[in-house]
Order: sequence, then structure tokens, then C-alpha cells
Amino acid sequence: MTDHEITLTVDGTTEELTVESRTLLVHALRDELGYTGPNVGCETSKCGACTVRLDGDAVKSCTVLAVQADGSEVTTAGGLADGTDLHPIQTAFHEEHGLQCGYCTPGMVMTASELLENDPDPDREAIRTGLKGNVCRCTGYQNIVDAIETAADDLAESGTTTQQTCGGDQS
Amino acid sequence: MRRRPVVIPPEFDYCRASSVEDALELLEVHADADPVVLAGGHGLLPDMKTGETSPGVLIDVSEIDGLRGVEGGDSNRPFSIGALTTHATLAESDALWEHAPVLAEAAKNVGDLQVRNRGTIGGNLVEADPAADLPAAAVAADATLALRDDDGERTVSADEFFGEDGTTSLGNRELLTEIRIPNSERTHGAYAKKTHPATGYALVGVAVSLTVEDGTVTRARLAASGVAESPVRLTVVEDALVGSEATQQGLSAAAENASATLDPSDARSDPTASGEFRIHLLEPYAERALTTALDRTIGDGETADGTDAEVTTDE
Repeated sequence: MTDHEITLTVDGTTEELTVESRTLLVHALRDELGYTGPNVGCETSKCGACTVRLDGDAVKSCTVLAVQADGSEVTTAGGLADGTDLHPIQTAFHEEHGLQCGYCTPGMVMTASELLENDPDPDREAIRTGLKGNVCRCTGYQNIVDAIETAADDLAESGTTTQQTCGGDQS
Repeated sequence: MRRRPVVIPPEFDYCRASSVEDALELLEVHADADPVVLAGGHGLLPDMKTGETSPGVLIDVSEIDGLRGVEGGDSNRPFSIGALTTHATLAESDALWEHAPVLAEAAKNVGDLQVRNRGTIGGNLVEADPAADLPAAAVAADATLALRDDDGERTVSADEFFGEDGTTSLGNRELLTEIRIPNSERTHGAYAKKTHPATGYALVGVAVSLTVEDGTVTRARLAASGVAESPVRLTVVEDALVGSEATQQGLSAAAENASATLDPSDARSDPTASGEFRIHLLEPYAERALTTALDRTIGDGETADGTDAEVTTDE
């Protein structure tokens, strides 16, 4: 079956690779390129642990073919930080203990980054609704919601927007 | 029998179409290899990963220019919605919320943020999942679907597009390109959904499109998702509504008949909800959708008695 030469820009780095038609974006990122932010949690499009930003949109990378993403810009949780300085969303997850085993965290952080872009001051209900596509099996979500509330406050205080940090075309 | 998840799809060929004509040619060229059109992929790829479907070739239409976006909607001009328009775009369209809210609200209820970012209205309608939100909304909105093949375009109403057994009238060599929605200043609507806790699809969803003139319902279309293999028109409710006063009391009375023509033994059933329960849900969800539609009518300057309302809302 067909192979495809594709180019992805991942966390600011241009990557060229060959994928099969059936290679899922999450496997291209993890297995071929070594970006371990997106986690493989369910592969049935339910859990959201594999969430990345694809040209600015939060997507489940287990439900996108790598070849579909040819020419696109991908941001993983690893690309949110500015060097060794964590992104305010990452810091808030750390400080509010918005994680337990941590497996779902990269996906949560990436979804939160779009959520806060669309609504910089969400109430707890809006945060919960926004997290519908991300499943956590440990925390009961309380601290995750706390973390996103805190991140919203921190971002508003610092004048930072997630858009500037994440990059990508939001249109 | 429940199929075992295979997680990574079996092998297939992939080609990307650059135009509608290109897509139609690729469908023709690969006719012997079970070609399937790939749009957002959020119905198709999960099915491929669980072995529900195994196309020999995917024809990716997602990069075709001109099949994306919502146009029209002002001055009673009909809406023209490109088949590749995402659920997120529909849910964020001010024009749709104003003149065809049933579609915007149904799109807002699809899946989750990530799914809405990738899933498309065309893909959703063609997939015709019995519990999907948009097919019922398209029927309630009286949508017309534009289908293209080598011979040109044909149009089919959403009512006729969905077969009773979960199929559609789309031909193997055809491509859904556009969804057209009538637009009237006096038409309002809503979508009320009981979400299946496991799948995120509808246990029951009721889509309503209501036209109110001088306090009287002049036109009503209701369609339900989740209860049968295709969207079900609630014609008993529609008949009760047309000609009646647009009051909460009147709408609630009409909703009482929502399940009148449906036999529970014909309804969809799974361990979460029996057919009987789903049909039982039709009345309250029809009432909720009608109530919201009425609120939007009043928000647009009408009152139940036809005089100008003092209170207006943004939506």
C-alpha cells in the first residue's frame, strides 16, 4: 500500500518523514518523531490523552491520519513551555495538583489552551463542558478545574494569551 | 456481534482531491476498490479502527477550496453551507443562531471540542448515524442537499435523503457539496438533547423549527434523533401546532402527543435505554425544544399575543 512523504512542523521544528496511509498522527508524533506529549490512551477517540493543536485547533491525534496533517503545524504539550519555563497552564496544573497519575495531563493542558483562548474567563461549568473530550480516571476533575481557573487568572494578570505561546493559525 | 477493536486501521490507499471534479474522477478511477470519501474523519476513522468498515481507498476531500463556510442568512436569503464546514464553525455562526438556530444548537451538541473542530456537516449527514444530532436538525430546518456527480448537480430534501434503515440516497459516485437552509425572519428553533452517557451521541434529541406570525404558529417542523434508524418527523406535534397560538400552554399541549405514532418495539434499544424509555423521553424533550424556540421568538420582538415584546435577548 502507499507510503507518503510528509512534512510537519512540530513545536517549531520542521520534520520530514515517511508514513503509511494508515499511520495515525499520534503514532507519527510518538513513534517516528519522539514527541511524547500526546499519549495513547484509548485510540477510540474518547479519552483525549492524545490531544494536540493542529494548525491551532485542539484535535485528538489518534483520529487524524498523519498524511492528512501534511504541511501542518502541530503543537504538543512539550511545545507549550518557553524553554525550561513552564507555560502558565502547566504551572497551574502543577500548583493545583491538577493531575494524579499524569497520563491525561498533556491532553488536558492542550484542550485547556484552546478553551482559554476562546473564553479567557470561563466559569467552572464552562470549563467542565470544555473538558468533555478529555477523560481522567483518577482525580474527579476538581483539581483540574481549579487549575484551569487559576491559569485563566494568571494569564489575565500577566497579559499573556495562549494564542501567542501556542502559535498556529486560529482562523 | 460486537467486533474486537483493531486500533490501527487495516491497510488502504489514500489520495487527496484538489477539487470537486478531481474527487469525482478519483471515485471513478478507484471504483473497484471500495472508495470512501474522507472529510473530517471523525465518524469514518473510528469505524475503520474497530473494523466496522474497511475501504480500499480513501479519497480525502478536506482540502477542497470552496466547500467550507456559511453564506447567506441575511434579508431572507437562504443559507448555503459548504459540506466541509466544521461543527465548530456552525456552532459559532451568529447568522445561524439568529435565523436557523436549530442547526447551530445541534452542532454545539455534537461530541466535544476536539470532535467539533474536525467533524463536518457533510460527513455527519452522509454517515447518517441514527443517533447523530445534525440529521434531525437538517430535517427540522427543511434543508436541501446538493449532490454532485459527473452529470452535474441534483438536489434532494433532507426528508428524502435519509432512508428508514439508516442509509442515505447518496450514490456511490456522488459527492455532497452543499446544504441549503431556508431563512425567514420569523423562523426560530432549538435542539434539546439527552446525551448517551457512553457514546456522546443522542439517546434522544428533538430538533424544532417554528415560524410564528402575529402570535400564531404558521409552520412547525420537528424531527427526533436516537429513536429510530433515521430522523423521525413528529408530524402529530406539527399538526397540533400549526394554526395554534404560540403560548407555552399551547406548545406543551402539542408536545404531549410526541410519541403518539411511534411503537416502542420499533425504537432503538441498548443496555442504557430501552426503546420504551427513549419514546417516553420524546415528550419532555419536544417540550424543552419548543419552549426554547418560543423564548427565541419572544426575544425577536414577538410575544405570545402578537404584540411587540418589551424584553429582547441577544440570541
